[in-house]
Amino acid sequence: MSGRVVVIGVGNPLRGDDGIGPAVVEALRGLVPDGTVLAVSDGEPARLLGLWQGADTVVVVEALRTRPARPGELHTLTAAEAAGHLRGAASTHAFGLGECLALAKALDRLPQQLVVHAVEVTDMELGARLSEAVRCALPELTDRVATSVRQAYERKRGP
Amino acid sequence: MNPRGTRVLRLDALARVEGEAALHLRVQDGSVTETRLRIYEPPRFFEALLTGRSHTEPPDITSRICGICPVAYQMSACQAIENACGVTVDGSLADLRRLLYCGEWIESHALHIYLLHAPDFLGRADVVELARDQRAAVERGLRIKQTGNAILEQLGGRPVHPVNVRIGGFYRTPAPDELQSLTEQLRHAREDALETVRWVAAFDFPDARCEHALFALRDPGRYAIDSGTPTVIDPAPGEIPLPGLEFPLSEFEEHVREEQVPHSTALTAALDGRRFLTGPLARYAISGRWLHPVAADAARDAGLGDPGVGAVCDNPFRSIVVRAVEVVQAVEEALRIIDGYAPPPRPAVEVPPSESVGVGATEAPRGLLYHRYALAEDGTLTGARIIPPTAQNQTAIEEDVRRAVQSRLDRDGSDAEDEELTHLCERAIRNHDPCISCAAHFLDMTVERT
Repeated sequence: MSGRVVVIGVGNPLRGDDGIGPAVVEALRGLVPDGTVLAVSDGEPARLLGLWQGADTVVVVEALRTRPARPGELHTLTAAEAAGHLRGAASTHAFGLGECLALAKALDRLPQQLVVHAVEVTDMELGARLSEAVRCALPELTDRVATSVRQAYERKRGP
Repeated sequence: MNPRGTRVLRLDALARVEGEAALHLRVQDGSVTETRLRIYEPPRFFEALLTGRSHTEPPDITSRICGICPVAYQMSACQAIENACGVTVDGSLADLRRLLYCGEWIESHALHIYLLHAPDFLGRADVVELARDQRAAVERGLRIKQTGNAILEQLGGRPVHPVNVRIGGFYRTPAPDELQSLTEQLRHAREDALETVRWVAAFDFPDARCEHALFALRDPGRYAIDSGTPTVIDPAPGEIPLPGLEFPLSEFEEHVREEQVPHSTALTAALDGRRFLTGPLARYAISGRWLHPVAADAARDAGLGDPGVGAVCDNPFRSIVVRAVEVVQAVEEALRIIDGYAPPPRPAVEVPPSESVGVGATEAPRGLLYHRYALAEDGTLTGARIIPPTAQNQTAIEEDVRRAVQSRLDRDGSDAEDEELTHLCERAIRNHDPCISCAAHFLDMTVERT
């Protein structure tokens, strides 16, 4: 086990709520142990695969588009759930996380532990800021991600 | 289905097309009467964002237009600003820029060939399906892509939105041994790239021919990537085209104009009033004679004709083969640059602002990318214009889609289901790897009949 813990914020900060992933990664600085890899990604699958290569635990932060939408609502998904749910209409990154998880599975490249923390989003206009609903969800989402990271290190230390 | 009457295919989003795009197709009494590709155009937003900023900012800001080809935006932006300020960046700094650009070609082409385009030819829904029974091929594609990535990390500081590029050069230039650390990976990538050419050359290609003027930069002596003169050729079937028409980059907007077309309210680009195509097919026709011998041999063996005498590939489905040859070219070029690298005396040259207008153009993986900036005396940007390759290619792509669907309908269209036509449209579009932006993109495709 490498013990490597990687947090990936998927999204585009220039597109309103789509920037939630990178915003969480920014908010995590100083809150997680040194050595935790904090990365942002546009969701392109080959780069995501590269980012988590050799990692034991991967925590992904995503924007979710749902119908009907409950902007700001948080979801925590396992890799299997994410692969099922995100492949297709749910993710804002059509060719992104969902496809990446399915591809990783086909190539036996899923990390040992992978969890996805996601928030339902509403406004993804180019040049927009985070919507109020999503901005309000940022602290709790950040907290959930930090907790996942802490748990990863606890698992590493063992019982 | 009854071939009489009207039906409309509307693809709200296109799978395996980078970014956002939608297609509207109208079929009336067995004829395609309307083909409208709606392209989402972030450059307009960025042009507005840039106005009032400093002349040092465009490379950074415009690199965010596209996560797949940030280097192309940085390079066209740098050249346009440097052009405005009367500065030329050459020698080792220019070589390093070209090397960085090779990394982007390798990455972007590997992504398109393996993850987006190949499934079309192998009857797979997507790369996930492909990975299940052609795992070695997909792994090869990821390895090649990783090599491009390594160049971007080494020179650009990081792979997405590289941070080490500035007008005049770089913030920091590498020591020779830092670059040589890439050599072994690149040698492996050369083998993988040659194998890729053989792999894609064996695909089945539908019969198709595009009749567009071909438009690319021309840089005599080398395959144009980061510099050259805009050149247009008009290939005739089976003939080696005559030397093309060239014009100075400063006249770009006089030749490439966005025009209103009768059937649509949208603006579409025309080159001297004609439909045209930029990208790999155009580059191969215009620069093929300057391919590295290894890449030229691979092209010949792959059935692309003799690039040494200006062979043209006019089947858009075969663009995947041309992209594969360009990966070989980019790998060879990267190895050549690293081998001859001597660090520049300074990481960047001074680019003092002056009140002026400057233009820059480079060959992004998808085609010619043009930038123009107007500067005030203190370097404040007073205007910006960005014309990406996909916007230039829009009319050609629409025509390819129309032809593909029409030829299917002509071949007893009565049994052509919407699903089949949708797939055909997507293939015709994917041939040109349209990159609209690395924006959020939604995958809900609907096909609507009326």
